[in-house]
Amino acid sequence: MLCDICGAKEATVHLTEIINDQVTKLNLCEECAKEKGTEMEEHFGLSDLLAGLSDMGATIEPEAVAAVKCPNCGFSYQDFRKTGRLGCSECYEVFKKQLTPLLKRIHGSDRHIGKIPLKIGKTPKDLITLQELRMGMEKAIQMEEFEEAARLRDKIRELEKKGKGDA
Amino acid sequence: MKLDDLLQQDSEWVKGTGPNSNIVMSSRTRLARNLDKFPFSNWANKKQLAEILAIVEGAVRSTNFLKNSLLLKIKDLSEVDRLFLVERHLMSLDHTKNPEYKALVIDPKEVVSVMINEEDHLRIQVLQSGFNLMEAWRIIDEIDTELSKHLTYGYSARWGYLTACPTNTGTALRGSVMLHLPALVFTGQTGKVLQATAKLGLNVRGLYGEGTEASGNFFQVSNQASMGRPEVDIIDNIERIINQIISREETTQKALLGKNKEAVVDRVWRAYGTLKSAHIITSNETIALLSTIRLGVDLGIVKNLDKMLVNELLILTQPAHLQKLEGKLLSANERDVKRADLIREKLK
Ligand SMILES: [Zn+2]
Ligand SMILES: [Zn+2]
Repeated sequence: MLCDICGAKEATVHLTEIINDQVTKLNLCEECAKEKGTEMEEHFGLSDLLAGLSDMGATIEPEAVAAVKCPNCGFSYQDFRKTGRLGCSECYEVFKKQLTPLLKRIHGSDRHIGKIPLKIGKTPKDLITLQELRMGMEKAIQMEEFEEAARLRDKIRELEKKGKGDA
Repeated sequence: MKLDDLLQQDSEWVKGTGPNSNIVMSSRTRLARNLDKFPFSNWANKKQLAEILAIVEGAVRSTNFLKNSLLLKIKDLSEVDRLFLVERHLMSLDHTKNPEYKALVIDPKEVVSVMINEEDHLRIQVLQSGFNLMEAWRIIDEIDTELSKHLTYGYSARWGYLTACPTNTGTALRGSVMLHLPALVFTGQTGKVLQATAKLGLNVRGLYGEGTEASGNFFQVSNQASMGRPEVDIIDNIERIINQIISREETTQKALLGKNKEAVVDRVWRAYGTLKSAHIITSNETIALLSTIRLGVDLGIVKNLDKMLVNELLILTQPAHLQKLEGKLLSANERDVKRADLIREKLK
């Protein structure tokens, strides 16, 4: 049996993965298996998910969407389609519209429930909705962190002007 | 502590202790964490990578848990040393590539390891021998909390911990157990059982040996989704499902001894005989035979052999370990000879 990836060498490693009730078998030569190794452990199936997204209306204007870049790190949506990885933590906010259905498909949920890091509420980007921003501002005032409160106030005003706060 | 000291000690998962260690080799938890606003490691430039490494290193040095740990710069390690760490399950194969700004932190007991600048800035891992997933979660939770006193993580109220790959977002927790299921494989039930497992939201990976014949009988089971339920629930869900697989394997082992006793005993002693007398042996064949002997020990067929020795051989017979033991590079053919030598010596 020849390797599924290079098609040249004899396949000696046989991987079986079961995702969403589907059995996928891969026969690989030792080299390709090493190459694939850890990548496969966690990302098997992600490319299918990404491919499937285009059928879900998540990319209505593919050209325009693909060109959008994260202002923090310069990563584009096209880069994401290519690699299946994002550029930085800010990218999540930038590509929110595209990521929401994808996360829902991967995890069956698009809401985090669980651990909250110690340093939260200090950075405005953690406070996504207006409501959360307002709560953060009140908390900052209570803690007498007036600089932080002022920054949150500006952020709230900015969002209110854009009128997209409660998205 | 030096890297070579590891060779002298049994890593956590070799111990063969802990609950249900007949079927569960090891339990592992992994958390992915990233520094807020810094590009993820694969997208960061050299200056940023160096900065990330320095920041995380600083945090590691200030935690109680990791202050006595070994911090290795991957670029300073030889190819063999890198693979040696992969074989000990302390880091991923990906972490051996583009080593320039990558590092690995290992605590002296090899329970905790932290990969710095792998796909995520931090990949924290806790390994426990046997079926000890909740304990592995408890330890990693504490370490993560301690580290987070010194680091600001990329996090959103809606999506939790933000990771390079969206398959890890949310809790960014992966819990996994390595199972040894010889009786289920022997009776052809693995497909059915593992498919049912997958339906319940777990990923199953089997690593097979030569040809289409399953060899080794080792499977890794882990949670598929990392967002939408709290960490303890994720761990609890894995534990409940694994418990069912364990009892299925145990029942099948007993049934095998009842119905197919001679066939099983024959297989076990043939495996033992081959390992005790072979002069050339591949890695794949070794894994398959050791798996069979492990079953023999569990079923009481092989009496005066410690399971820990079987586990130890599973580790020591891997390519990089053999080369570390030998103290030099070996070709594949040379390794097959040295591997056979080592096994005969240990089984004497
Ligand atoms: Zn190949
Ligand atoms: Zn970005």
